[in-house]
Amino acid sequence: MAEKPIPGTPVFTGESAKKGYALNKMCYSLNEAKNREAFLANEDAYCDSFGMTEEQKAAIRARSVEALIAAGGNAYYLAKFAGIFHLNMQDIGAQQTGVSVDEFKAKLKAYARFNDDVNAGKVPHV
Amino acid sequence: MSKVIGSVSTSHVPAIGNAIAKRLQQDPYWKPFFDGFIPVREWLARNTPDVVVVVYNDHGLNFFLDKMPTFAIGAAASYGSEDEGWGIPTVPPLAGDVDLSWAIIEGVVKDEFDVTTCQEMLVDHAVTIPLQLLWPAGPPPVRIVPIAVNTVQHPLPSAARCLKFGQSIGRAIAAYGPALKILVLSTGGLSHQLEGGRAGFINPEFDALCLNALINDPEKLTGYTTHQIVELAGSQGSEVLNWIVGRGIVQGETREVLRNYHIPISNTASAVQVLEPV
Repeated sequence: MAEKPIPGTPVFTGESAKKGYALNKMCYSLNEAKNREAFLANEDAYCDSFGMTEEQKAAIRARSVEALIAAGGNAYYLAKFAGIFHLNMQDIGAQQTGVSVDEFKAKLKAYARFNDDVNAGKVPHV
Repeated sequence: MSKVIGSVSTSHVPAIGNAIAKRLQQDPYWKPFFDGFIPVREWLARNTPDVVVVVYNDHGLNFFLDKMPTFAIGAAASYGSEDEGWGIPTVPPLAGDVDLSWAIIEGVVKDEFDVTTCQEMLVDHAVTIPLQLLWPAGPPPVRIVPIAVNTVQHPLPSAARCLKFGQSIGRAIAAYGPALKILVLSTGGLSHQLEGGRAGFINPEFDALCLNALINDPEKLTGYTTHQIVELAGSQGSEVLNWIVGRGIVQGETREVLRNYHIPISNTASAVQVLEPV
């Protein structure tokens, strides 16, 4: 039974796992340094060796997290791809939400106003 | 008989590993997070475990989508780590406790939790970073039993199933002959989301509800479906399932020794909570 979609929140289901298999497998391979070198030496050939789709290869070329997720990518494996380019999670968050990295960090920091309540055992109304 | 002396539950954000490697503990961004572990280590100095049962989720180091177990238990004499693709600092291999691993495996399978058993297993930052936070001076003076929960590919195990799985592990430990002191270390969460238009989502309200419920009302959390947990805690906030397993291992009533909730660490509402049985 399909769940009601959560706005702005891709859920990595069996369907995504099937669709994104080759892309995620390529990303998983980047655990090994020699594979990272092979990717950087010839990105297209490396992606082809995993049987990635045109949509997936275009998303890799565009360095677009949004397109990678749409092509079946999973955040945990994509993190290894992002790591090659030294992108951190704030860079990726800013890219996906269309704000600057500083604006994205400021949005995160704004939640710090709830720290004291939570530490005092209160449940703040957000 | 073996005994659970308590639990430490903590976030496991990879950036923490880099901050440790760069010695940023006194940096203004990091200090409120790292200072939260000083009283944890004081508690540990009074409550020294022989073995740490680590409940965590693998982030694509040991497991890939080719074979994705819902619950997996390590049964190795030693567990290595790697740089995970982005150059995270690695640590020396961690010692396992093979006999305890098999005692837990036998106990949970008897309880109809048909787990995957791993005699070779790499552990990622979700295991290594929390251990470094507890024992920053060097290799942890303990053996470990890693227990991995699938929080990567839906369907995830339900919160109810996670609590029961933890309780089954707890019974297996209580029935284990050697007089070992066991610490439960649950890692991940709390609320955070890396992907999508809602990236950067944090929910202190739900986090507070979880922290409060974990002390003596974990059943309250079993009323949420995993889809609702994703909605309330963010995609990766579903790692709170690891905390629910961990709470199940500590049987009965507990006392909260301490908590430190601190936003933000990377994109995450970080938290550490120590519970001990009463």
